[in-house]
Amino acid sequence: MKIAERVRALLGHDAVLEDTGSPDGLPRIAPASPDAVALLLGTARAEGWRVRVEGAGTWMQADAPADLALTTRRLDRVPAIQPQDLTATAEAGIGCDLLRQQLADHGVWLALDPPGLAGRTLGSVVATASAGPLRHGFGPVRDHVLGVTFVTGDGRLIQSGGRVMKNVAGYDLTRMQAGGFGAFGVIVLVHLRLRALPRVDQTMVLEGSREDLSRVGDDISAAGLTLASLELLSPALARRDHWALAVRLAGSAPLVAAEEAGLRAATGGLFTALRAEEAHAFWMRAAEAFATRPVAFRIGGLPDSSDELLDLVQHQVGDEWVSASPGTGALRWAGDATVDRLRRLRRALAVLEVPLTIERAPWPVRRAVGHFGAYREGVGPLVAGLRSTFDPGNSLAVAIESDDRAG
Amino acid sequence: MIDRAVVDALAQIVGRPHVRTAAAERATYAKDGLTTHTRVPGIVVLPGSRDEVIAVIRLLASHGIPFVPRGAGTGLSGGALASEGAVLVVLTRLNRILTIDPANRFAVVEPGVVNVRLSGAVAPHGLLYAPDPSSQTACTIGGNVAENAGGPHCLKYGATVSHVLALEVVLGDGQVVQLGSPGGESWGPDLVGLFVGSEGNFGVATRIAVRLLPVPRAVRTLLADFTAIRTAGEAVSAVIASGIVPAALEMMDRSCIGAVEDSVYAAGYPRDAAAVLLTELDGRDEAAVQAEAESIEAILMAHGARSVRTAADARERARLWQGRKKAFGAMGRLSRDLVVQDAVVPRSSLPGVLEAIAEIATRYSLRVSNVFHAGDGNLHPNISFDSRVPGLTERVEAASGEIMAACIAVGGTITGEHGIGLDKLRYMPLIFDGDSLAAMHAVRRVFDPAERVNPGKVIPMHACREWSGVVGVRNAEFGMRNGKPNSALPIPHSALES
Repeated sequence: MKIAERVRALLGHDAVLEDTGSPDGLPRIAPASPDAVALLLGTARAEGWRVRVEGAGTWMQADAPADLALTTRRLDRVPAIQPQDLTATAEAGIGCDLLRQQLADHGVWLALDPPGLAGRTLGSVVATASAGPLRHGFGPVRDHVLGVTFVTGDGRLIQSGGRVMKNVAGYDLTRMQAGGFGAFGVIVLVHLRLRALPRVDQTMVLEGSREDLSRVGDDISAAGLTLASLELLSPALARRDHWALAVRLAGSAPLVAAEEAGLRAATGGLFTALRAEEAHAFWMRAAEAFATRPVAFRIGGLPDSSDELLDLVQHQVGDEWVSASPGTGALRWAGDATVDRLRRLRRALAVLEVPLTIERAPWPVRRAVGHFGAYREGVGPLVAGLRSTFDPGNSLAVAIESDDRAG
Repeated sequence: MIDRAVVDALAQIVGRPHVRTAAAERATYAKDGLTTHTRVPGIVVLPGSRDEVIAVIRLLASHGIPFVPRGAGTGLSGGALASEGAVLVVLTRLNRILTIDPANRFAVVEPGVVNVRLSGAVAPHGLLYAPDPSSQTACTIGGNVAENAGGPHCLKYGATVSHVLALEVVLGDGQVVQLGSPGGESWGPDLVGLFVGSEGNFGVATRIAVRLLPVPRAVRTLLADFTAIRTAGEAVSAVIASGIVPAALEMMDRSCIGAVEDSVYAAGYPRDAAAVLLTELDGRDEAAVQAEAESIEAILMAHGARSVRTAADARERARLWQGRKKAFGAMGRLSRDLVVQDAVVPRSSLPGVLEAIAEIATRYSLRVSNVFHAGDGNLHPNISFDSRVPGLTERVEAASGEIMAACIAVGGTITGEHGIGLDKLRYMPLIFDGDSLAAMHAVRRVFDPAERVNPGKVIPMHACREWSGVVGVRNAEFGMRNGKPNSALPIPHSALES
């Protein structure tokens, strides 16, 4: 019996979105509930089917070799929004744009602005731990996730964390899922920590040479301002003639006014304020640009090495599509890069003890260099152990490690 | 009993004075901050360096001897207790601050560094270490990492896990692994996040890189008092919903206020109040913080506060905080024994849950004092009692169970910062099903296959479903396998919850 027929019998007709007539020739399965995901993966494990996990198909290339594609797009409900608790529970397949809209209707906000198209799914953002410029003020993805429910590669439904603000009951498997690239299971439900929608949300931009703006960025960091974002963007990414240093202020009116005054004092009033619609377009276009290049990666350096890392990236793979957060040391790059180039860059960064994580790339690149490349000593066996624990049949088509382990 | 040869070998590594074998010496370590659990370790060893820790753990691994890592022993879950057959590895001598990097705002410390000492050391650079558990004058950073410790200011700044960047960890077999990086990005999956809060089950952190934050230039501390505890709970919800994020939002009820005011930590709390709320706002700018403080004051008054008082200066602020932070100590005056509970509920559920706790206390004729992190919904109902009174301990346990059930019923959890340890093992099956518990156990075995590191804590083994036995049987062709009914498993997951 063909896979699609088996799945129809198992999950119903609606679950099979595309039969083998899809562009990649794979049946595309869209389970409608966490239990259905569990049933599908349990069956896949028993039958030896290899499974590619997809969200909305807007971020990671849908090209991992597999026997079927599991898409979370029908897991798009938001079972709970609790504005009085500043929490929400959403299924993994909901698009971030739709979620953001529903949250805004309740006066609350998920302070994440991940790279990618607006409809990128929540599960994809959590699985890749892709934070955007708001990481400066609100932390990495893991800080916004109170708990997740996920399905292991052999079809077990596992809860971790919870939906309250603090929780140390048991080991925090949520941390393993956030940024696990789906290697440890399929995230189906996410409990989120929210913030009140900021009363004022102001973006200010300064254009100039990279060197000049880096210095200004350092001055801003030294001033200790409370900023939502502080991001240096390449001209292509900012859609400007020059590099752009963008500052985002978000919060109560007195807070934003005070920080704006502090920004003027620290920089001599050089920044230009964007109108709300300009600001929205500025950040959205920059986020989307990362999804339009074949490869995107992130680097986690130290704040005072931001310039050095930009130089290194420019030298190895160019700096047309790049953004850096001078306050956190994080850097994101997009473009086209060969496996050799990526390996060389990763090796150069390893000397500086700076990790490089491949966020998206065609399968041959992902397979060759891995999302993470070589691990530090002793970590490989731990990751391998976790992988075999949560995907004992190696059913999930994920390339978290490089195929030659050479990074 | 542990072999004499092991004692001699440990002494070779750490020096004879740092191996404690006498019964009286070992008895010193028989409890942690929660005095209701007692276990006397077989040996106590106090290594003085990272290399000694590695050598000790390798020695114990070679003999197959279980061990328990311990910091200052201020934990409140019985998590740092070792039994006769195990070695207690006390890390308080590893107390050096190794690196302070003001430019990149991080520090590297050994696990035995006392929490408050780190903030003191980085203060000249205008920086602080944010997690501030009430025991911060005694507890260690290593212990904070093991428990994912919180504290009042975690409302704004997050618990320990949000502040740990990288770790050097010695696994149970003595292997050393490096997790995370000072930039906060992982070399692979977030094993730092997985390790923090693992209650010493995954290994021993010997070096810890932590994030530092700028010391806020402006601070306002407000004390609001209420004539009904429910009203105070409603005021908490109103503050949270306002969008202003206080640095801290703490509540104490009348019983706790009385204990504090009767002690040397008296802070000037109004004795006739049903509850007080201690709210702190901080930031870079005086005017902005003042404006937020005025907004919060208005919210508190609009939601039933009898009065709101703002600390006039740093001295008064310190006094108000001393009362809160020493409240557990002050409660020692109330009775011989104290059970400190730790549960978290959705913040909007606080009023109802506080009433439920009061009802349970009345029904069991017990004195329950509440002092807790209201802004996080993190409750600490403390039951004062005398364990020498026949039947009272059982009553306390029954009441504790009901309090936990009330918290779980509104979507809460059984611990927000104290951990499971021994004390809350029995509650784990109330919030996790058998598969989820088994998954945790399987993760523990990845780090510690022999299960020798802090054995018997966190996971109630009886409640775990078999992890490996299920593989392959989720092929639920509507309950049929090879044409025959398969009674092993193919039923909806919801039906599998234990």
